Amino acid sequence: MKKITRRSILTAAPAAITFIALPARAEKQYGPGVTDTEIKIGNTVPYSGPASSYGTIGKAEAAYFRMLNDQGGVNGRKINFISYDDAYSPPKTVEQVRKLVEEDGVLLMLAPLGTPTNSAIQRYLNQKKVPQLFVATGATKWNDPKHFPWTMGWQPNYQSEGHVYAAYIIEHQPSGKIGVLYQNDDFGKDYLRGLRDGLGEKAKSMLVVEAPYETTDPTVDSQIISMKSAGADVFVNTGIPKFAAQAIRKTAEIDWKPLHILSSVGNSVGAALKPAGLENAKDIVSDFYIKDPTDPQWKNDPGYQQWAAFMDKYYPEGDKTDAGNVVGPSFCQTLVQVLKQCGDNLTRENIMKEAANLHDFTVPMLLPGIKINTSPTDFAPIKQIQMARFDGERWKLFGPVLSGEISG
Amino acid sequence: MELLLQQVLAGLATGAIYASMALAVVMIYQAIDHLNFAQGEMAMFSTFLAWQMLQWGWPYWAAFVGAVALSFVGGIAIERVLFKPIQNAPILSQLAAFIALYGILNSSAGWIWDFNIKTFPTPFGSAPLFGERLIGTHQAGMIGVTLLMLGLLYLFFRGSRLGLAMRAAATNPESARLVGIRVGWMIALGWGMSAAVGAVAGMLIAPVVFLEPNMMLGVLLYGFAGAVLGGLSSPGGAVAGGFAVGVIENLAGTFIPYVGRELKLTIALVLIVAVLMVKPSGVFGRTVVSRV
Amino acid sequence: MTGPPRDTVAFAGASPRTLVIAKPSTRHLLIAAMLVMALVIPFVLKSFFVFQLTLVMVYGLAILGLNLLTGFNGQFSLGHSAFYGIGAYTAAILMEQLDLAYYWTLPCAGAVCFLVGFLFGLPALRLQGLYLALATFALATAMPQILKFQPLEPLTGGVQGIVIMKPDPPPGVPLNADQWLYFFTLAVLLVMFAGATSLVKSRTGRAIMAIRDHPIAAATMGINTALYKTLTFGVSALYTGVAGALGAIAIQFVAPDSFTFLLSVSLLVGLVVGGVGSIPGSLFGGVFVLFVPNIAERVSTGLAGAIYGVILLLVIYVMPSGAAGFVRFAAARLEAKGKPR
Repeated sequence: MKKITRRSILTAAPAAITFIALPARAEKQYGPGVTDTEIKIGNTVPYSGPASSYGTIGKAEAAYFRMLNDQGGVNGRKINFISYDDAYSPPKTVEQVRKLVEEDGVLLMLAPLGTPTNSAIQRYLNQKKVPQLFVATGATKWNDPKHFPWTMGWQPNYQSEGHVYAAYIIEHQPSGKIGVLYQNDDFGKDYLRGLRDGLGEKAKSMLVVEAPYETTDPTVDSQIISMKSAGADVFVNTGIPKFAAQAIRKTAEIDWKPLHILSSVGNSVGAALKPAGLENAKDIVSDFYIKDPTDPQWKNDPGYQQWAAFMDKYYPEGDKTDAGNVVGPSFCQTLVQVLKQCGDNLTRENIMKEAANLHDFTVPMLLPGIKINTSPTDFAPIKQIQMARFDGERWKLFGPVLSGEISG
Repeated sequence: MELLLQQVLAGLATGAIYASMALAVVMIYQAIDHLNFAQGEMAMFSTFLAWQMLQWGWPYWAAFVGAVALSFVGGIAIERVLFKPIQNAPILSQLAAFIALYGILNSSAGWIWDFNIKTFPTPFGSAPLFGERLIGTHQAGMIGVTLLMLGLLYLFFRGSRLGLAMRAAATNPESARLVGIRVGWMIALGWGMSAAVGAVAGMLIAPVVFLEPNMMLGVLLYGFAGAVLGGLSSPGGAVAGGFAVGVIENLAGTFIPYVGRELKLTIALVLIVAVLMVKPSGVFGRTVVSRV
Repeated sequence: MTGPPRDTVAFAGASPRTLVIAKPSTRHLLIAAMLVMALVIPFVLKSFFVFQLTLVMVYGLAILGLNLLTGFNGQFSLGHSAFYGIGAYTAAILMEQLDLAYYWTLPCAGAVCFLVGFLFGLPALRLQGLYLALATFALATAMPQILKFQPLEPLTGGVQGIVIMKPDPPPGVPLNADQWLYFFTLAVLLVMFAGATSLVKSRTGRAIMAIRDHPIAAATMGINTALYKTLTFGVSALYTGVAGALGAIAIQFVAPDSFTFLLSVSLLVGLVVGGVGSIPGSLFGGVFVLFVPNIAERVSTGLAGAIYGVILLLVIYVMPSGAAGFVRFAAARLEAKGKPR
């Protein structure tokens, strides 16, 4: 018998390994955080601090993955969803994301929330070549594959929404005087910029009041009064639900009846219009890309029913009137499609490749007619919106599906 | 001119919010000589308790009284349980304890009732006052109740034996003990009253700003500014200070060109600090002269 | 047995607030041990933990700044987030707009903050206690608004903030960027802590503490209280400003809403937990401020704030004078046990 010496093993080894590895290499390629049975996904969301109302998005995402895992996962792998609190503070986000990437070893970051927070981690993630997918913010800068090939947005960006509002105003009230309410941070200023750019040379003459607010402001009454006094007859309201609602109510209280345009951030019936008073919200115009879960017109829609059933079973304490609980699962569903397209090639490079390879993909809670499309030069998955008018009870969609395309 | 009047009125309306908070702040300051950072959160929590009672079907005034009573008891309990053990600790440690209390109340409220805004009813209705559409009946009611509370507290402290005992305990605990006043319980009582005042303030404020766990942060800071402006030793001054802050902020935001809108909070605070330069104990505060 | 050995001195210190433990030789041994650990750690632990430790040092330095003003000089400040932010932005602007090397940004940040602190300290002389608190709070609240201010946008980046490149180690040094930054921060920390210690022990330091303990007596003794108070404000701002610059370099990003009033509150908590008036305690405060929120989050994501509050309360109950106070107390007990009756 041949003696089994160290040398013989060493000679035999490479052949043996090649024999075992060769078929495997053709089938499975794993990035960090992936095994045959599990994929680790990282996420940061403000569960505490001033932006904690968005914490529910993270909880909804976790619940969705729980459901997915109960159904067997994706291609036989369960999703290990690790979500940390960053309190909407960029330094904390950097710390948590580094932990996710370096300690927990996640494959990718899904839907980290917030504009300044994502700005803080963008360079790091791109340097480390970690996918920063479907960031939960509408800032325009995320669609920049040339400079940041690992970062991708998801929702229609704020500037394109601003363009749409500008176009609407020019069409319906071309000689209007506009008052804008915006949050004094990058998300608010992004809306303002979009509106200004969309108005072009008319911006100077049409924009009479640009009124910022801080999230620590108790009310925005003073801003609304200024607008009325300045003779504004168009009101672009880009506030988050609390301030959007206050503005709607104040507008009614002081008997001011402008053409009222509400942004998609503050148009939830449950979170903003009801507190403001539904009668006060009559005739407000807004833009949508997802179905408003409080709108009875979707009651028999299969997409809505699927979502409602999911909420009832896996996230019963979640608020079914909160749009955050709609976008959360939608992010997840988009990711699942990317993972499915990757098959067993789950490297980070392939994830980005497939993320940039979505064609006419939809998720159940997107408005009918709105599709997700990406390409290597187009990192803005959703670019379409549709206008709606509130009739005192619910939002009535009107007009065609519009496309507003701006890149960062 | 009309805009000026409108903004002043709106400022008074917002100022009423700050004034009622400032009153609660000064109340506790008079009792324990410290600023309670958690004041706003206690008021917020009380308002949530009232909201919960309303959800259970209680009529408004029952919920109102219930929340105030619970807050009174709660304030005393917090003092006895949480702060008595550290009453001899350095001031900054006690300050840190207030910060801890803030975190506990804010987080618990968010966990129990979530972070979406909720409406809170007002007993005053929301019709415009005297037909003028800038101050609603609710705002007028808020101003009225704040002034009423101020009056009652004034009578209590100046006119009753218990009030006298509380003032003694706060001013000179040693001597107060010597005359038989139970200083510990006076402090607890001060906390209870402050919590009750805060609860009323919260229930007046919530209809305007909408109820949610983070509703009081801005209000507390403005209320604090108003209290300091008016003078921490003067409840009336604090209320006046609260109104002043509301008006100043509105006017700064509206009339200071170019800079005003974005920096109105900064401008308001700078003005307050400027006033403090001239009157370091607040506009209506008593300058404390201490023996060397 | 005639009594404790000569070199054992267990004294509370000339002022009740300075930290001393037991034998000088024990103390030196402890410090040496900690220094060795600090030098070895970045080679043992992963990059992420090294990054966290760098942040601990940054916050510790910031808290030391606050300590100099509040702990040693008795001037209450809620506005140190502003100085931290000014330091951070100074570093960011110099690095990104003027291409200045990162190490030069530290003295610049320090100088700018010293000036701002000194200028702020002048009107602050008129204010006491809570009124001073309000003035500093005004500064802290104003800072984000000023940073977001439109006309300043070309300089500050406005609401978008400024992204900073991470400094690389000098060529030939076999460290990765995180380790290099850690050692850089450690060096700065040691120098500045040494500076603070010698300041506190000097005549100036005693004057500063005298002003805290009894301002009128201090003035009577001929101490120029106004000068010392404003100088302390400046030095305190300098320390926190340098910490801010280091923090900006470590995080590689500055944005207006990173420097709100809530940061001031964190620094205050760190000050209390570490021990008011204790220089080494400031570092413990930094540890608390960075790690405890993470621990609280581990326990319960939904109630993280409440858990944090509970932990803070427990710390205050057990150590009302902070970690430094606790160590002093424990050391005194141990000494008492060692002494014959």
